[in-house]
Amino acid sequence: MSRVAPHRIILGGIALAIVVWCVFALRWDWLPKYLPLIGQGIWRTVWILAVTTALGFLLSIPLGLAQAAGPWYLAAPARVFCSVIRGTPLLLQLWLLYFGLGSLFPQFPWIRESDLWPYLRQAWPYAVVALTLSFAGYEGEVMRGAFRSVPRGQLEAARAMGMPRFTILRRIWLPQAIQRALPTLGGETVLQLKATPLVATITVVDIYAVASRVRQDTFIVYEPLLLLAVVYMIITGVIVLAFRQLERRLPSRVA
Amino acid sequence: MKKIALTLAASLLFSTAALADPIKVGVAAEPYPPFAAPDASGNFTGWEVDMINAVCAAAALECVVTPVAWDGIIPSLTSGQIDAIMASMSITAERMETIDFSDKYYNTPTVVAAAKGAGIAPTPEGLAGKIIGVQVSTVHEAYAQKHFAATAAEIKIYQTQDEANQDLVAGRIDATQADSIALDAFLTSEAGMACCESMGAVADDPEVLGLGVGVGLRKGDEELKAKFNEGIAKVIADGTYEAISKPYFASSIYGG
Repeated sequence: MSRVAPHRIILGGIALAIVVWCVFALRWDWLPKYLPLIGQGIWRTVWILAVTTALGFLLSIPLGLAQAAGPWYLAAPARVFCSVIRGTPLLLQLWLLYFGLGSLFPQFPWIRESDLWPYLRQAWPYAVVALTLSFAGYEGEVMRGAFRSVPRGQLEAARAMGMPRFTILRRIWLPQAIQRALPTLGGETVLQLKATPLVATITVVDIYAVASRVRQDTFIVYEPLLLLAVVYMIITGVIVLAFRQLERRLPSRVA
Repeated sequence: MKKIALTLAASLLFSTAALADPIKVGVAAEPYPPFAAPDASGNFTGWEVDMINAVCAAAALECVVTPVAWDGIIPSLTSGQIDAIMASMSITAERMETIDFSDKYYNTPTVVAAAKGAGIAPTPEGLAGKIIGVQVSTVHEAYAQKHFAATAAEIKIYQTQDEANQDLVAGRIDATQADSIALDAFLTSEAGMACCESMGAVADDPEVLGLGVGVGLRKGDEELKAKFNEGIAKVIADGTYEAISKPYFASSIYGG
């Protein structure tokens, strides 16, 4: 039988007391009215996070591979891309895409007649593109290191056995690189979550935008921000648990 | 010796406390010409800034213009970071629940702007199926939500009017609704002239559009309210109001 340490009980009690105080002492009467909007906001934050990390990760594999083992004409552009993305603020990239491209539309009227216009007109495609490129830029560096850290002897042995190059990548190189990069990827996904509120600046209504809206409509400051903090903490918790599960499923050492 | 130092410290303390702190007058930290816009060095200029200086001088108040983000301007006032708001804030019943207002110092109609030749009437029918852009927590947002939300395709909310204007130029929104004077400044700019024009004023609705623009003040700050009312009355009576307005506007914006 394991006994709970006394300091845990005290800390837990304090945490519970804070929660109870927050529930009863603060104003939550606005919640029912904004509940549908909050739900939409959380959904939008989650899907933007999921889509941009998935696409960004897929992009980061060729970026990392090109830098780790590619010929110079592939390695150089990949390195430039990662440096530019990592060297400029995400907000700037987002605004360059959204307002920068937007300012070009009046000069090229045919854009508005094209089939792409219904998408170019909305804000979310810009958010997805900017966040995807950003994630790919950071992860490209991570994957470069991960590819490099796989022992060359294994790759040479595989080649000596006559294994085709693509099969080596698929069966030996990539799985080990991902396994090595996994703890970093988990951390970067949490960082990506906290980059998503920037999309609110280009009129995408994520959970952050909903909280601001509540704040601006009702002039209540603390409560929407507290709710926002709790929402982000819960999503972070889910990401951390998911990555822990993933790490456990992959063998820690490849025999 | 110790006693002298103590008395000195105490007298210093009391003398600084006796000097009244200057009144911090909040303006929206964004370009909102011709009312208030930062120049190249970051100092705010414009009709409303001239008005702040004139009213404060008339009321014998020492004022400092303090830029505050529009979306947090009311909490800044209630939490004491600023003492008054002169940021083209309309006097509405909803805001009156949280803050107090002085008498109005201007009142201008609300208009809708759209692409040249779009032929959009500023009515619920005219805006049916259109995407309308408005600035967050303004009377224009409230008006659009109340009158246009049912028929419009979407009402997009922007942090500043400037961003809504940019998206109107880009064609991402079909129309924007804002104060006539503020929109005029955009429509007479190079980008505005090339793309857009005013579609006329919307039907009045004092319940949401309010009773003109007044100085926002903390509830219970009666002394400051009286001073601002006195200052406003004075600048209107002695012709300062007209003198300030002349370089900016063709006709008086005091309104009915």
